[in-house]
Amino acid sequence: MNIVVCIKQVPDTTEIKINPVTGTLIRDGVPSIMNPDDKGGLELALRLKDSFGAHVTVITMGPPQADDMLREALAMGADRAILLTDRRFAGADTLATSNALAGALRMLDYDIIITGRQAIDGDTAQVGPEMSEHLGLPHISYVAGLEYDGDKTLRVKKETEEGYMLLEAGMPILLTVLASAYKPRYMSVHGIVEAYDREVEIWTADKIDVDESKLGLKGSPTKVFKAFAKGLKQAGEVYEVTPEEAVDLIVSKLKEKYIL
Amino acid sequence: MDKTLYKDVYVFAEQREGVIQPVALELLGKAQDLASALNEKVVAILVGSGIESKAQSLIEAGADKVIVVDEPELKEYLTEQYSQALSQVINANNPNIVLFGATTIGRDLAPKLAARLCTGLTADCTKLEISEETKDLMMTRPAFGGNLMATIMSPETRPQMSTVRPGVMQKTASQPGRQGVVERFRPVFDLQSSKCGCLRM
Repeated sequence: MNIVVCIKQVPDTTEIKINPVTGTLIRDGVPSIMNPDDKGGLELALRLKDSFGAHVTVITMGPPQADDMLREALAMGADRAILLTDRRFAGADTLATSNALAGALRMLDYDIIITGRQAIDGDTAQVGPEMSEHLGLPHISYVAGLEYDGDKTLRVKKETEEGYMLLEAGMPILLTVLASAYKPRYMSVHGIVEAYDREVEIWTADKIDVDESKLGLKGSPTKVFKAFAKGLKQAGEVYEVTPEEAVDLIVSKLKEKYIL
Repeated sequence: MDKTLYKDVYVFAEQREGVIQPVALELLGKAQDLASALNEKVVAILVGSGIESKAQSLIEAGADKVIVVDEPELKEYLTEQYSQALSQVINANNPNIVLFGATTIGRDLAPKLAARLCTGLTADCTKLEISEETKDLMMTRPAFGGNLMATIMSPETRPQMSTVRPGVMQKTASQPGRQGVVERFRPVFDLQSSKCGCLRM
């Protein structure tokens, strides 16, 4: 079984601050991490490796410094690491990103492609399903559990607002995984020692199977028109009333906001 | 692409077990604002099995027209079945805008469709407006864990697609007896490539 896990290096958004004057992100000194849902997806792949001997490839699209994250994935137990990096990928929205990754996937063997449900910087949850469409594969998103019969069939637990849906699926398939479902293992000592001697393959746009017009900024139908920091909310209102009056006041305010 | 060929504001009227989801009514409320700024109509797409009787409630919530796709294959939400139904409705009608609730269904379906239609999609919007200048849809959403807001547009592709967070837009008061058009659409399914089946909910 071949599994390819798509991972992304993201700024730790809990550490991000906004410059109050310019309204732009302050990225300096903000640590980069492996996106949590992607790390959960890698853990799922490594569990399939432990149980069924799957071969696990990790791939990312990003700047050269994403090399660190790929070495972390190798130290956790991945077998092969690929870094898609090229100026022609820059400025990609979700559709152009999914086209680049799909172009790389066409060069690889896979039974299961795993992505995280969403990345904590963009929160879109779009790249996985979009990639599955380019590759002509079914996908299941919000994966919270998986059983493999060792042959051809996967039983997949998908999270919904009401609970879970249990799906049966064949392969090849793309799954988008929730971090909450798979607590990632630590890197092994042996893995850490070896990680910097292992190869991280560098692939450019020339190496992948995709029409170049679908890449980067020019392959992106969505454009960021403006970005701004959230404005301050207005000050609250203070009322001094009896408990009975307070009940009426709260109910009327909630109705005003269409909450009730 | 000739953008003038794409008309009207479409809403995916999400239902679960025959119950129209609140976010669909919220989207119909917002779609009326957008449609009036564009001088276009509001169209709801109602997809499921045994759900045709719900069409009138969507007209009362603001739809001028409801396209009903009522087939046994669509009883529960399955990505490929719903993607085929929706992409065929969209290709047959050329909407200007298509809105989805940012639920586990909308966030699963909309990206599959956007890739199939080769168009832009903006996730989890909290504000939608029409640009006075270009008449394009301006979609505002939080990013970086809510630290930053971004306004996004898809100036060159149609339809303009967006998922919208539940509870953000306001539904308008239902207007009992409001008149509108209900149209039945029959999709053609090709499910050979789809190897996903629902075992249980």
